[in-house]
Amino acid sequence: MLAVLPALIMGIYQYGVPALRVVALSVSCAMIWEFLMNYVTKRPISIGDGNAAVIGLLFSMLLPATTPWWAVAVGTFVAIIVGKQIYGGLGCNPLNPTLVALAILMLSWKSLFNFDGALANYDLGFYMVYPLGAVKHFGTDSLVNYTLSGLFMGRQSGGLGATFGLGLVVGGVYLILRGYIRWEISASFLAGIFLTALFFNLADPARYANPVFHLLTGYTLIGAFFLATEDSSSPVNFVPMLVYGACGGILTVLIRNIGAFADGSVFAILMMNIANPLIDKIRPRALGRRVEHA
Amino acid sequence: MITRPFLGLGKPRLNYPPIEMLKAGSLAEVALPSRIVLLVRGAYAENGNLLVKVGDRVKTGERLILTEDKQDYFISTATGLISNISSYTGYLEEPYTSISIDAEGEEQWDGEFERSGPSMSRREALRFFKSLPGEPVFASLINKEPPLEALVVNCTDKDLLVTTNQSILKSEFESLKQGVEILRAISGIKRVVVLVPEGMDVQIEAEDVYVIEIKPVYPATLPKMVVKNVFGREVPAGETCEAVGLGFINAEAVVALALAYKSRRLPVDKVITLIKKDGSCLNLKARIGTPAKDILNAFGIELAHGDRLIFGGPMTGEAIYSEDTPISYGTDAIMVQDREHIVRSSDLQCVNCGECVRACPAKVPVNMLVRLLQNGLYEEAASRYDLLSCIECGLCSYVCIARIPLFHYIMLGKYEFAKIKSAEEVNVESEATD
Repeated sequence: MLAVLPALIMGIYQYGVPALRVVALSVSCAMIWEFLMNYVTKRPISIGDGNAAVIGLLFSMLLPATTPWWAVAVGTFVAIIVGKQIYGGLGCNPLNPTLVALAILMLSWKSLFNFDGALANYDLGFYMVYPLGAVKHFGTDSLVNYTLSGLFMGRQSGGLGATFGLGLVVGGVYLILRGYIRWEISASFLAGIFLTALFFNLADPARYANPVFHLLTGYTLIGAFFLATEDSSSPVNFVPMLVYGACGGILTVLIRNIGAFADGSVFAILMMNIANPLIDKIRPRALGRRVEHA
Repeated sequence: MITRPFLGLGKPRLNYPPIEMLKAGSLAEVALPSRIVLLVRGAYAENGNLLVKVGDRVKTGERLILTEDKQDYFISTATGLISNISSYTGYLEEPYTSISIDAEGEEQWDGEFERSGPSMSRREALRFFKSLPGEPVFASLINKEPPLEALVVNCTDKDLLVTTNQSILKSEFESLKQGVEILRAISGIKRVVVLVPEGMDVQIEAEDVYVIEIKPVYPATLPKMVVKNVFGREVPAGETCEAVGLGFINAEAVVALALAYKSRRLPVDKVITLIKKDGSCLNLKARIGTPAKDILNAFGIELAHGDRLIFGGPMTGEAIYSEDTPISYGTDAIMVQDREHIVRSSDLQCVNCGECVRACPAKVPVNMLVRLLQNGLYEEAASRYDLLSCIECGLCSYVCIARIPLFHYIMLGKYEFAKIKSAEEVNVESEATD
């Protein structure tokens, strides 16, 4: 939780009280849903482990600062109940709960995630068009409005806690060093995005943005460090972690460049969550195990 | 022990502590208690027709046969009256017969072993040394035709903080060398490999005896790891090291054998490392069958409510529920854990963080395995998720962030799987005879 603070504080600094409102509501809603579900299913109250709060926090960071209250409530309901609790709670969820909620909201209320519309009343002194949307609809010509360092420092519109690249990287590295998340997943996810975007860029620089742009926009960094690395829905063996991360990165760029959505991270990671049990079967031979030939 | 640094990419390393020089005979000795309790594997107490009866008078070192048909025996370790014979359930629900002997009068040694003469035959060894201190099952090691390829004398200790074998190596080095020769004579094994802790200057000048140093990083001293790292072989899953021609024996057992032939008295004492609440250790010698409470009393250790008493070391030891539990041939250490230091295990679900998978020296997919074990799917666990590859080091439990008692699930799983297997074999046999 400590790790997301840099990015979060930047988001609240940029978008002010409405952003704080979304964050506070999301965290508390997530915890309330968890409590209610514990109560209904007569299981020990598990809000103490902090997982519900983290889900709420991450969920809010993906939202635009102007998200209405009902969307936050519905989103956290989906995340906690549909994404996590119905599978048996912490550790049993096959998909990342935060992303399940976000995907359902994105599909159900598309306009909520039109960052240009949602943030129309903000003028923070930089070009306020959602960068991935801009490149999708207007081609790479529109990129002159962004500088890479500006994107990295959060001078872009997007999810309230997902735009401040530096903060996310600092938080992510902290988590890696503390041993909470695995560097293999984050690194291969970013590498997958970079390489795929590079190939697209080389093929047609007029239509496809350069790879660094893809690394710094949308949900890429928050995805690489905070979403794809979620324990229960990601692999544990070395090679599967690399495959999982890389495929997630590749899918992200494919969806961004060819698919219907401006940002593909959400669906890419969810797809890889589904593939996770299969990928994780690639594992080293255990000591003394006889190799069976079919 | 060390803990993980606050920030860092490396894996935590657990080192075996080096021990100080020990002088011969410096072992603290626990006096013979008023009652000793011997545990014999098998449910003999239930069939009633025992050759040994309550009220029988036994001598120290007397070889006692329990039933006529099975010819299984045990060695009395005290002189006195048999006061009780009852069934006893072990750690994993395995059946034992518990025999209590009330020590009485002057200690008298039984002369059967002495009378058997100075021969050193395999038959004699099997007749008297069913168990040796430090080696509860001795027979399988020497009773092989053709003999095993090599004998591995382990002068290191399996668990952390335990120094039983190391101290014996220091204090009884001459007997160790004699023991090696006796073992060769009775088993027919030619090559002998002696494993010693790194940095301990040990030299044995004898033909076909090799001394190998072991790095003090847990779990490098576990037999299956030694087979892999030193001999470059792999023990097939579910089999013992003897399957690859290597017979492991603890230094303590080798020394006990040598001393037995020298004095013509059967071994009745066990060297034990006592790990106190503050983590300090001392080595002691006690009669096999001494209840744990007599040992604790001898050193003024009191157990309070919530403390934990463990037979074995901190990584792989077994928690004991009663202070009356006696030490047996395999009890290398007794550990007393203060309730403040106990890490309670939880009933949380696995969160799939993968720490156990990365920690496992045998590359067992513990994260998947525990899901099956929690649901009692032992056969599938063995066939698909490498239950039997486990080398029983306990590192998975140690690193688990959800505090799941993984090691215990695995040990229980192995035991239950073996039970299923043997039941199947009995079925197959009875079908064949029908």
